[in-house]
Amino acid sequence: MRRNGPLALIFHTVFVIVMVAPIVVVCLVAFTPEGFLSLPTNGFSLRWFRAIGNYPEFIHAFWVSLGLGALSSFVALLFAVPAALAIARYRFRGRDALAALFLSPLMIPHVVLGIAFLRFFTSAGLGGSFAALIIAHVIIVFPFALRLTLAAATGMDRTVEMAAVSLGAGGWTLFRRVTLPLILPGVISGWALAFIQSFDDLTMTVFLAAPGTETLPVRMFLYIQDNIDPLVTSVSACVIAVTMTALILLDRFYGLDRVLAGKGDTGR
Amino acid sequence: MSAAAEERSARAPWALTAPALMLFVGVLLIPLAMTVMLSFYDWGQYKGIEPVFILKNWREIATDPYYAEMFWRTFRIAILTTLLTALLGAPEAYILNRMSGRWKSFFLLVILGPLLISVVARTLGWALLFGGNNGLVNKLLMSLGAIRSPIPFMFTETGMVVALAHVMMPFMVLSVWAALQRLDPQIENAAMSLGAGPVTIIRRIIMPQIMPGVLSGAIIVFSLSASAFATPAIIGGRRLKVAATLAYDEFLNTLNWPLGAAVATLLLVALVLIVVGSNALIERRYAEVFR
Repeated sequence: MRRNGPLALIFHTVFVIVMVAPIVVVCLVAFTPEGFLSLPTNGFSLRWFRAIGNYPEFIHAFWVSLGLGALSSFVALLFAVPAALAIARYRFRGRDALAALFLSPLMIPHVVLGIAFLRFFTSAGLGGSFAALIIAHVIIVFPFALRLTLAAATGMDRTVEMAAVSLGAGGWTLFRRVTLPLILPGVISGWALAFIQSFDDLTMTVFLAAPGTETLPVRMFLYIQDNIDPLVTSVSACVIAVTMTALILLDRFYGLDRVLAGKGDTGR
Repeated sequence: MSAAAEERSARAPWALTAPALMLFVGVLLIPLAMTVMLSFYDWGQYKGIEPVFILKNWREIATDPYYAEMFWRTFRIAILTTLLTALLGAPEAYILNRMSGRWKSFFLLVILGPLLISVVARTLGWALLFGGNNGLVNKLLMSLGAIRSPIPFMFTETGMVVALAHVMMPFMVLSVWAALQRLDPQIENAAMSLGAGPVTIIRRIIMPQIMPGVLSGAIIVFSLSASAFATPAIIGGRRLKVAATLAYDEFLNTLNWPLGAAVATLLLVALVLIVVGSNALIERRYAEVFR
């Protein structure tokens, strides 16, 4: 294959700079020693990170986001793992339709989902509650949990299972001692990807969150709507750090290219 | 297999998927149906929402030019964003694919990683870069001599398109990248040995083969841009409304839920029709190419 020419490399350099520029700028401004938005030209300061401590709303929102992400991804897996095993192993009527239904939250605009959930939970008397947020997030992260579990279940060596069955293992023991350990990397990556999606969601959550159940992206969004100051950049820098950590874990466990490029082996 | 075992294996997939199926019917399909119904309800400043079946909201959207203009703006921004990501993302994916192993995976991580970083944080970055008439982007463009007077980016469609294109770019690169993985590098060498120049190779060999990737990336970028919320809300401000931000306003500020539900339903239906339609077109067009 031919190498990239100088023009191609210039294009590539500019492209990469533009891609990372907004993220780098947010992280740099977060370290400004000034009282206004500016790049830290004379020295770095942590004053805006300390300032977060004076805004309990951000701290509270962070814990809401963390709990919501962890819990909803876990609940999604409780539903997704059996469904993935069924779709990976059996050819049954309605299989393709089921897979399409389970992946459909990817296709439906989040603003429409937010409205539908707001309408539904308000008339169910759960408007603005943490329970409503959990259920809604289970739906939106479900496709991610399902896709990675499905990929693991499809690629699994089933002779080990057969050996266990021939030795008398069955039902729950078979699942807990043989199947689950084998698909665990996929399940953990599915959890991590689902967590990131839940942790970052704004569009749907902004419809459901009420004071007290505001997640971090919602709190940040409402803050930015009023004014943009260095405080929100230091909060953003923390969010970026959390996501980066999850990203690195994902890359270690599973390979980021597989996570992102995996179209979900629904057998097509 | 015994009859009992056969029956068990016929029932097993349904037993395994039943919990998830019930969850999806209960808290996805029913709420969506309720939203469509809501769009036919009546609403008044003092009486609130009235559960009747009228076409008032739909008539308002069809006749008031405000909504036509808003939807046209939404789709114009989505189309421009899609074009921008295709024009820049496709060449970048091609360049990326020709890099050697370690650099390739490093830059792939750098370009695709932002996909998982909060949209609010990424858009905030653009708001900082644009920031008024002496924002960094304008300063840079002016010092390079590309422009004479600063371009207004904040609260304009230009700014929305630039920021949205950045948010959506990973989807396009990913899609073209996937198409490039299926491409046989020997074809390029064969074309070269037959005397084709670089321009001819790109136009006659590479382009036709990555076109399905570009088009499927375009569908993803278009539908996500047309329903985007955070970026238009932050960069566009309160006046420059798109479908998602308008629906948000109707629900949480005006409290006219039936009208907001109608806007959301229309957006959903329009997107489903466009996506399904263009998918069918692409499949028909390229089924012949690959036969």
